[in-house]
Amino acid sequence: MQTKPPPGAPSLEESWGYDRKTIDYIQRAAATGLYEIRGLGAKRRVPHFDDLLFLGASLSRYPLEGYREKCSSKTVLGTRFAKKPVELEMPITIAGMSFGALSANVKEALGRAATAVGSSTTTGDGGMTEEERRSSKTLVYQCLPSRYGFNPDDLRRADAVEVVIGQGAKPGGGGMLLGQKINPRVAQMRVLPEGVDQRSAARHPDWTGPDDLTIKILELREITDWRIPVYVKVGATRTYNDVKLAVHSGADVVVVDGMQGGTAATQTTFIENVGIPTLAALRQAVEALEDLNMVGKVQLIISGGIRSGADIAKALAMGADAVSIGQGMLMALGCNSDTYVQGGTHHSAIADYAKLGTAPGFCHHCHTGQCPVGVTTQDAVLEQRLQPEVGATRVRNYLKTMNMELTTIARACGKQNVHHLEREDLVALTVEAAAMAGVPLAGTQWVPGRDLTRT
Amino acid sequence: MNTAVTQMRETKEFDLARSKLRELNQFLHGDLGTVKQVRVLNPDGAHSIAVGVDAPVSIQIDGHAGYYAGGMNKLATITIEGNAGPGVAENMMSGRVHVKGFASVSAGASTHGGLLVIGGDAGLRCGISLKGGDIVVGGDVGAFSAFMAQAGRLVVCGDAAENLGDSLYEAVIYVRGHVKSLGADAQFEPMTDADYASVAELLAQAGMTHDPKTFKRIASARQLYHWNADANQEY
Repeated sequence: MQTKPPPGAPSLEESWGYDRKTIDYIQRAAATGLYEIRGLGAKRRVPHFDDLLFLGASLSRYPLEGYREKCSSKTVLGTRFAKKPVELEMPITIAGMSFGALSANVKEALGRAATAVGSSTTTGDGGMTEEERRSSKTLVYQCLPSRYGFNPDDLRRADAVEVVIGQGAKPGGGGMLLGQKINPRVAQMRVLPEGVDQRSAARHPDWTGPDDLTIKILELREITDWRIPVYVKVGATRTYNDVKLAVHSGADVVVVDGMQGGTAATQTTFIENVGIPTLAALRQAVEALEDLNMVGKVQLIISGGIRSGADIAKALAMGADAVSIGQGMLMALGCNSDTYVQGGTHHSAIADYAKLGTAPGFCHHCHTGQCPVGVTTQDAVLEQRLQPEVGATRVRNYLKTMNMELTTIARACGKQNVHHLEREDLVALTVEAAAMAGVPLAGTQWVPGRDLTRT
Repeated sequence: MNTAVTQMRETKEFDLARSKLRELNQFLHGDLGTVKQVRVLNPDGAHSIAVGVDAPVSIQIDGHAGYYAGGMNKLATITIEGNAGPGVAENMMSGRVHVKGFASVSAGASTHGGLLVIGGDAGLRCGISLKGGDIVVGGDVGAFSAFMAQAGRLVVCGDAAENLGDSLYEAVIYVRGHVKSLGADAQFEPMTDADYASVAELLAQAGMTHDPKTFKRIASARQLYHWNADANQEY
């Protein structure tokens, strides 16, 4: 905090370009010769769903009665080719996060919570664990460039398969799991020597480009007898083109992950400087589906910094069919909380945050494996700080709360189904958000970049 | 019954000129009953022939196969009489895939187990991300073969192109011919008796006759296992 200078002393002026944060970065680089690696997502301020508002019902729109009139949130994903599409009770899915990055307890907690409320969970870069398969009614199996733990038996017992091209936190980057998290079980699942700093491939080993992807998707369909949907996940960059190519490649569902999406471990410079905001990516993805006349045929899942029912409502109004949430789930479990629950009582974790050089509310030390609240760890002692029952209750409550918020907003906009929310229901608070989301600046007809005479 | 599908005692034939690939794969994924052998006629480079098989059945493909032939195989013995496209036997778990001709790029990619035999040459990235199992190539292999290979063995009876074994983990490569260059963190190592025995065993399984004494061993120098900032990203 800036202190007031004594009377008569010259006032202190901090440089905008070389503020304390920048000086700290330069001096840290100078001292260590290392770039920073950390977890979670971009911390910089970018235009986001906070910059949008709903218009709500008015004289020309009838609202629905809260609590009394029905508002459906049922969501079906994978209707294009799969014999058995994914059917959910809410348009909220749990994002792919690896066993390795997360503990087995966490994977089980996520599965239990998703099953209780009709959501889905997703595996990650490390294969499918028994805990998550057993606890998840609907489990999406990721096919990643590393192919760690990937095998046909797990593919056949998955409810959908997601071909991961990229991730919002690091489009163009491969996975990273530092040695302290490669314990014997993780090493065995990934066929790696224990304790190595694992840096997985950025490109798939057996296909290159969209034409190959078409053939790869056909192989996955043949192996699963066309039963389960195929998702294609891209990090948000050239989203309009990527979504078009994913659709051409035969995807049932396209998942677009914006730059605010999280990671277990990536270079800070990558997290903060590569990719585009979720808001901009979502509009581009919807435009691609509209231009291909594929709205309603190929479903769109958006992720990257989605935290609340309001965020979800705005994403759906912009044209998403569902959202995917990773970091929010971790925070529901206790990430960045100052306590953890063990033996039915709360214990302070502040000293353990301090050991990592951080504090609750600021921690992004997932990469260390020393998570003070037992979420992003493989440490035998720390992982006991998050028990599946406690975690499942928290995540279930979080999912339920968000879905109630979503239906509250949908009712206020006069919709009997959350999927009826539309762009027309939205306005933007800033010129930037209006341009990125393609909705008018509040109180105007103006959508930056759009020709008013054509509306 | 489809006229393109012929069943004779324990052998069943699928003619892909007349029946769909879907029928073939669906059959292979079901209860095979007494069928012990499946013949695929007129494959004509079709993709995903005999993928995801999980049974000890013998499958003969009478011609060239497209992408991913025998992909994710378990237990089956698959013979391709012609050439194979990209990703032949990718992610195989067990069993055997034998390409009589040449194989395109990424042969045996991320294979976990079983044996892949390629009679002729293999293209780029043969054995990329290998996670176990063995590959024996009768001819040459292309650049970046065994890239990031984690476990298993790759035997090359001919020459290897650039950057062989780049970023290797614990997989081992044996090459009889000339190695144009090694990739990052790969190194030549002395052959031991165990290596000679491995090569002899794999050559015998592949039906190839070379003197194991003529092979060289390449494995990881393990310098990339832990991040080293002083290396300045040059390995």
